[in-house]
Amino acid sequence: MRIGVLALQGDFHEHQAMLESLGAEVVQVRLPRHLEGLQGLIIPGGESTTIGKLAVDFGLIEPLRAFGKEHAIWGTCAGAIFLSSDARREQPLLGLMDIVVARNAFGRQVDSFEADLDVHFMGQANQRPFRAIFIRAPIIEQVRGEAQALVTLPDGRIVAARQGRWLATSFHPELTGDNRFHRYFLELAR
Amino acid sequence: MDQTITGTFAVKKGLAQMLKGGVIMDVVTPEHARIAEDAGAVAVMALERVPADIRAQGGVARMSDPELILKIMEAVTIPVMAKCRIGHFVEAQILEAIGVDYIDESEVLTPADEQHHINKHAFKVPFVCGARNLGEALRRIGEGAAMIRTKGEAGTGDVVEAVRHARAVLGEIRRLQTMPEEELMAFAKEIGAPYELVVETKQLGRLPVVNFAAGGVATPADAALMMQLGVDGVFVGSGIFKSGDPARRAAAIVKAVTHFNDPQILAEVSRNLGEPMVGRQVSAIPQAELLAGRGW
Repeated sequence: MRIGVLALQGDFHEHQAMLESLGAEVVQVRLPRHLEGLQGLIIPGGESTTIGKLAVDFGLIEPLRAFGKEHAIWGTCAGAIFLSSDARREQPLLGLMDIVVARNAFGRQVDSFEADLDVHFMGQANQRPFRAIFIRAPIIEQVRGEAQALVTLPDGRIVAARQGRWLATSFHPELTGDNRFHRYFLELAR
Repeated sequence: MDQTITGTFAVKKGLAQMLKGGVIMDVVTPEHARIAEDAGAVAVMALERVPADIRAQGGVARMSDPELILKIMEAVTIPVMAKCRIGHFVEAQILEAIGVDYIDESEVLTPADEQHHINKHAFKVPFVCGARNLGEALRRIGEGAAMIRTKGEAGTGDVVEAVRHARAVLGEIRRLQTMPEEELMAFAKEIGAPYELVVETKQLGRLPVVNFAAGGVATPADAALMMQLGVDGVFVGSGIFKSGDPARRAAAIVKAVTHFNDPQILAEVSRNLGEPMVGRQVSAIPQAELLAGRGW
């Protein structure tokens, strides 16, 4: 499988390493032509304002929307914000997923945290909780239309959502040693 | 199930991982901070004076007024960093109390302790520290730093020291990778680094935390040079707001860091940027005025 990682800014090397450990061939995407021949794309964590601005400057917004119509895309943290259709402020978004996202929803860096998540949506074999890392993380305030919540915190706040072959997580599986979300995404991209 | 923890090393190191491939810019006002954010900065360093002015004005350089830092934090949505003096753990406590996202224990300010750095494990807020070589980088990580940057020579606009420090750190890591296991203890002793971190660095083939360039970067080409040498991202201090057209130069440096391996794009973004900051050649600066020697 040939999977792209959007390499404008952020922790794309971490995603790349995890995808490669699962046998995928990985391409770093910085320009529209780099999307050719890919079966899926990951938009990494980073700063969503930076990624959005660079995507506009290098003509990637429309090519990414077109790519998303045909293929799986997964956004982690900043990537989830970029996939959303509403981030509660003026900044470039792909607007693919019918979700509303609130940035920095847990506070500043001193409030960044680790927590165990219930990932039963992956199937009954996934009894073991997923130890997730949240860095100045957004939350998914609303899922609308075809979008569905996949994972919530114990207080009910949504931290992962899916709409068809698009996946958004407000946390960072790429910073852990647990590759279950990456395997789940490769299934979506297949 | 519900065991939520803040301030773990993974969380501290994680924010630096989110900054990779990005540019962190020194700003002295909320207006500068907004210009930096609009240009695509991944974070800003809130300061009263940029290093070029600290260098020119002399005197004791201290932590900035928390009021200024708070105003900058209100002005932007990206992370805000601030500097404390080497060893001044109370300045660090104050910066943590106002909620800055990262603390730079920085040689640009006048050191408060000539023997000891801050015990950075004691804080929830992560720290970045400067280093000139692998031993210094691993000592800082041993004290709890969650991110490393080259020291370079701040406020000069001369990239030569940043290159020297990046080559030293990355070159020593390359040497370490070919070293047999039985030589690691003597190597750790030679460079004054914790043995466990030497072993970990050898296994990883890179520093255990994110490693940025800093100190003298003034142009898109400088930034791309540091990226091609192998750093994870770039700090730009005086180089932006001491130049003729800060907004334009800032945006150009951001693009240069993303496309650091594409000379066509580097040529495009380097055009018509106006005057760069007036530089100061490091080799012409008297030894006593150099900042990079601060830190132990």
